Amino acid sequence: MWDYTEKVKEHFYNPRNTGPLDGANATGDVGSISCGDALRLMLKVDPVTEIIQDAHFQTFGCGSAIASSSALTEMVKGKTLDEAKQISNQDIADFLDGLPPEKMHCSVMGREALHAAIANYRGEEWSDDHEEGALVCKCFAVDSQMIEDTIRANKLSTVEEVTNYTKAGGGCSTCHEPIEEILTKVMAERGETFVPAGAKKAKPAVAEAAPAKLGTLARIRKIEEVIAAVRPTLLADRGDIELVDIEGKNILVNLTGACSGCQMEAATLAGIQTKMIEALGEFVRVVPAAKAQAHACASHAHGG
Amino acid sequence: MSTPTPIYLDNNATTACDPKVVEAMLPYFTEQFGNASSMHSFGNKVGVALKAARAKVQKLLGAEHDSEIVFTSCGTESDSTAILSALKAQPERKEVITTVVEHPAVLSLCEQLEKEGYTIHRLKVDDKGRLNLDDYAKVLSDKVAVVSVMWANNETGTYFPVVEMAEMANAVGVLFHTDAVQAVGKIDINLAATKIDMLSVSGHKLHAPKGIGVLYVRRGVRFRPLLRGGHQERGRRAGTENAPSIIGLGVAAELAMEAMEHERTYVKALRDKLEAGILAVVPHAFVTGNPENRLPNTANIAFEYIEGEAILMLLNKQGIAASSGSACTSGSLEPSHVMRAMGIPYTAAHGTVRFSLSRYTTEEEIERVIAAVPPIVAQLRKLSPYWGENGPVADPAKAFDPAYA
Repeated sequence: MWDYTEKVKEHFYNPRNTGPLDGANATGDVGSISCGDALRLMLKVDPVTEIIQDAHFQTFGCGSAIASSSALTEMVKGKTLDEAKQISNQDIADFLDGLPPEKMHCSVMGREALHAAIANYRGEEWSDDHEEGALVCKCFAVDSQMIEDTIRANKLSTVEEVTNYTKAGGGCSTCHEPIEEILTKVMAERGETFVPAGAKKAKPAVAEAAPAKLGTLARIRKIEEVIAAVRPTLLADRGDIELVDIEGKNILVNLTGACSGCQMEAATLAGIQTKMIEALGEFVRVVPAAKAQAHACASHAHGG
Repeated sequence: MSTPTPIYLDNNATTACDPKVVEAMLPYFTEQFGNASSMHSFGNKVGVALKAARAKVQKLLGAEHDSEIVFTSCGTESDSTAILSALKAQPERKEVITTVVEHPAVLSLCEQLEKEGYTIHRLKVDDKGRLNLDDYAKVLSDKVAVVSVMWANNETGTYFPVVEMAEMANAVGVLFHTDAVQAVGKIDINLAATKIDMLSVSGHKLHAPKGIGVLYVRRGVRFRPLLRGGHQERGRRAGTENAPSIIGLGVAAELAMEAMEHERTYVKALRDKLEAGILAVVPHAFVTGNPENRLPNTANIAFEYIEGEAILMLLNKQGIAASSGSACTSGSLEPSHVMRAMGIPYTAAHGTVRFSLSRYTTEEEIERVIAAVPPIVAQLRKLSPYWGENGPVADPAKAFDPAYA
């Protein structure tokens, strides 16, 4: 069973603003019955101020689709069209205290319905800008279509690159097999053969001498470099990370902003830890500074 | 409002462990902890109990010899063992025949085998989930290593004619395996009188615990183990026996035989009452699969224009547990492969709900479900853009046809 928040359940069991809306002058239809998700958003917009006076929805879909639609109608009321347009799918998910990664597309559908309705009001054409594939990375909610498109557009050839571009595979790493399959397929289209990282690395590793043990200063610099390298990704998600201290094998960090307490905190730290280990050539632990005293190992299970 | 007494109608997913099963198992966690292979009385007592359990499973399956029963860890392991064994034992044969509606335990393995260069023939089904045996006869040849066809479908309960199909395979010298995890314990099976070579059982589908399965391997069938190691299970499945669970499964097999008549008559009557009760009140709903030829405990109903997960959540709020073939319950984008294979339109495939009963299901429970379902369906249809005042909007695909799909 999905781990829905109380707020998702509440909006599903008691959806607000349902059914056709009298006097609606903007309608946004997205989804289709074959996808299993379809949403019609109806708005009543004041023609002078462009303020959304009322919003209703009709949704064919699962619990989180209905909850996301209900949340959306509450969020847009009282906003001008321009203000409403700023609402992201993450805002919808946040309003509901979060959605399971498999269900993030429900919030995407909400945002798309909103954009479609605004376009409809303004007499503009609106077209969906992405197709959705099967969910591959559950830690960061990345689907196969996204991975495929990114590999194609950027001529990627390794799982690590896919992780850097899409975040897919950067958490628990159990989706590396399907990512390799997508790489194999897309690389074949451009006449290349996918070579797994393990096979590629094996040869030079034999030739190279064992990496020299880093001095204390060099080690700190390396750690800072890794932190600097991951910051842009976190900033993009409205979070941040700072290095607090280094205690032997434990690297203490502070996650702030949206990252702090986020469902993916453990997966994020695990991803950073993997990068640290690679850069330093030794085993280290990346631990939230606040929790360092309480328990050194920040393991966190993500149930489905 | 107090929480209503739960009603469990998801017995094709898993069943409650029978209290008598648990009781029989308990001593084997504590005083009877011995390893059946050991040369002392601790082990010996366990060995005797395992032998008795094996005999009970043999009887449930109607197997000729008790040595044809191989205990495994689950139905999936049994399926993998059977198919991979057939391929290993006959390396010159590179083809497998199965169906489009098998359980993922077989389908995913076959997909992987396909990547490794094997040819997989997937038999199609008609709108009621039935196979065409002429199609089957056409692909049966001496290139085929094994046929793997389920006895009863987990989603609709529809039977496949496995006894007849095994005869056909046998006539051309092809091994026949059946995934019978849904059928065993619910219907009479007499393997000795069939040409079935291998059969998979899952303990937790018949009120035994999770983590125990059986692979039946007919005497004389060439076999290659999946796990090699110790001599357990006569070398066909290495690894220390899961003694408590095997003993539990023995008791469960015995209880299933006692309850089979009840299953065939009473449980079936309850299932029929449930279907009739719901369909009499809810428009635009229908039974999927083949109502004429299916498990006595399974009802799979498609509710058009609404989505299954939403139905399940509202049922769950009233304490009723069922399952759905909707895409959303699995996290995939496609609704159930079984529903799609039968050509169930998308308008209905996303709204399928499976109610699977057990020998513990009561008439009072069924009456509560019959009363609960119609308002839930009405509530969700009221929210659906595909539903008008009193019925579906005219031509739903056109009435609601966004720029993209």
